[in-house]
Amino acid sequence: MASAPVMEFEKPIAELEKQIDELKRLADGQRLDVGSEIAPLERKLSDLRDQIYKNLTPLQRVQVARNNKRPFTLDYIRLAFTDWIELHGDRAFREDAAIVGGWARLDGETVMVIGQQRGRDTKENLKRNFGMPHPEGYRKALRLMKLAEKFHVPVLTFIDTPGAWAGLGAEERGQSEAIARNLYEMAQLEVPIIATVIGEGGSGGALALGVADRVLMLENAVYSVITIEGCAAILWKDGKSPEMRERAASALRITAPDLYELRVIDEIIPEPPGGAHSSQEATAKAVQEALIRNLDELRKYKPDRLVRRRREKFLGMGRVEEG
Amino acid sequence: MAWFRKEKKPRQPRRERLEIPADAWEKCEACGHTDLREKFVRNLNVCPSCDYHRRIRASEYLNILFDEGTIEETEVDLRSTDPLGFPEYPGRLKKATTNAGEGDAIITATGMLGGAPLNIGVMDFAFMGGSMGSVVGEKIARLGQRSLERKYPLVIISASGGARMQEGVLSLMQMAKTSAMLSMLGERGIPYISILTNPTTGGVSASYAMLGDAILAEPGAVIGFAGPRVIKQTLGQDLPEGFQTAEFLLDHGMLDAVVHRKDLKGTVGQLLRHMTGKPAATGWTSP
Ligand SMILES: [Zn+2]
Repeated sequence: MASAPVMEFEKPIAELEKQIDELKRLADGQRLDVGSEIAPLERKLSDLRDQIYKNLTPLQRVQVARNNKRPFTLDYIRLAFTDWIELHGDRAFREDAAIVGGWARLDGETVMVIGQQRGRDTKENLKRNFGMPHPEGYRKALRLMKLAEKFHVPVLTFIDTPGAWAGLGAEERGQSEAIARNLYEMAQLEVPIIATVIGEGGSGGALALGVADRVLMLENAVYSVITIEGCAAILWKDGKSPEMRERAASALRITAPDLYELRVIDEIIPEPPGGAHSSQEATAKAVQEALIRNLDELRKYKPDRLVRRRREKFLGMGRVEEG
Repeated sequence: MAWFRKEKKPRQPRRERLEIPADAWEKCEACGHTDLREKFVRNLNVCPSCDYHRRIRASEYLNILFDEGTIEETEVDLRSTDPLGFPEYPGRLKKATTNAGEGDAIITATGMLGGAPLNIGVMDFAFMGGSMGSVVGEKIARLGQRSLERKYPLVIISASGGARMQEGVLSLMQMAKTSAMLSMLGERGIPYISILTNPTTGGVSASYAMLGDAILAEPGAVIGFAGPRVIKQTLGQDLPEGFQTAEFLLDHGMLDAVVHRKDLKGTVGQLLRHMTGKPAATGWTSP
């Protein structure tokens, strides 16, 4: 896998890993048995990882959520599903590769999988527009959701986007309407919907795949009404400095534990020690387990009950005072 | 052109003109036309010279749309809290309440239009830029519930810069909440008309504002998902003339009609009569 630049707070981990690697290489070259020396170092490494990852600041979590070694939608499709066949196009304007979707099987049963897809390198990011969809991406997603409904198949979405694309074409073709329409239709779709926030859940562009019976979120994912940079720029006229970004990240309450407390998400999926990017396989397995379990529960509800519960859940969101 | 000379209006004596206090005059923000405030007000705050639709308060829209003496404000007791403990939010709320009133960024009311009952929500840009937080979402949800119970049509007049950042993801969820309510109205065949005024952007445009059975907009209103400033930033160049105006959206198929403020009531009435199976209004002439 292409190596991403090491995040500042992970440097002690990287250094220790390097030390262990060097020791191993040295031992290999001189045919020495250094097992007894390496074991404590590896224990130390594991402790260090735990220590660092248990104490991530909100800004560090944003960095982890945006890390490009983290599993993306297509990685989950590869690792947690079988029998995948991708479907393309909104049947109106064009194919938008910032959202992928298609049939797949989860635990042997057909599901519709839809998610924003980021790119790992510049070339792929150009194709995928950094996971920032145009209206046609949201309209493709809606087309696939209606298709799933037609065949009584559950919809599983993966949320991983800095936000909907802000550009001329996106506005001309009705970015607002496309997002709004998804919210409206998802509120009455007569099949189970599970949304999983796997990376950065950015504003309306994320929510357009997020009106679900269950909203799951990876431990280090974030979900926000605005990017921390945008928030800091508007409120404190500084969207760049680490201090202001940290301030915005804390103030906006965007981490999984925050959102669980605010009752916006239903479950936090734990990541392996060292974050999802330290083991895509282990992360995908945890996600797969959570999806199977939640879907089993949702399958018990008749369509009208499912829709009523989903609506009640979102109608109950927010905090007001009667006074 | 008439061949005869129009009789000149007698000029006002200079002395009398001077007696009008300076603050009785107002200037159009768009063309600079100066006129008596009273004349602007009589013209629903549309510039008599260039038709520029000036921003008006939520209560003024209620007076424009509802039949006289039928307005009953609803959901008057809902107040914003500070659910996240967001820096400076309580202070901003207090200031907004002092300047714009207790209603938060939306006033909801029930009343009659052309003798038929309906529910109307009007956003108030004066309250924190019409930003949508929990109170806006809850007021719309409750107004929608009233519409469901009585089968009253719903009208929402939007004016908003988007979601209220200070309530974080809870304000984002108001987009889903209001859309869920509208899906319930849709299911029961209860009409919903969305009217967009200047500006309607962000989370409001990407939820109830664009979900009307009819979507109307006032002339010149700026409407879009991303604000012009953000797009300019991503583009690195100036935006085309007229981009994101009501007329631009009409051309691109995103609106049903651009409607002059003086015709709003008539147009909404006509649409609702069609959608509720009522006969045309007597003496009706299309605007
Ligand atoms: Zn003017």
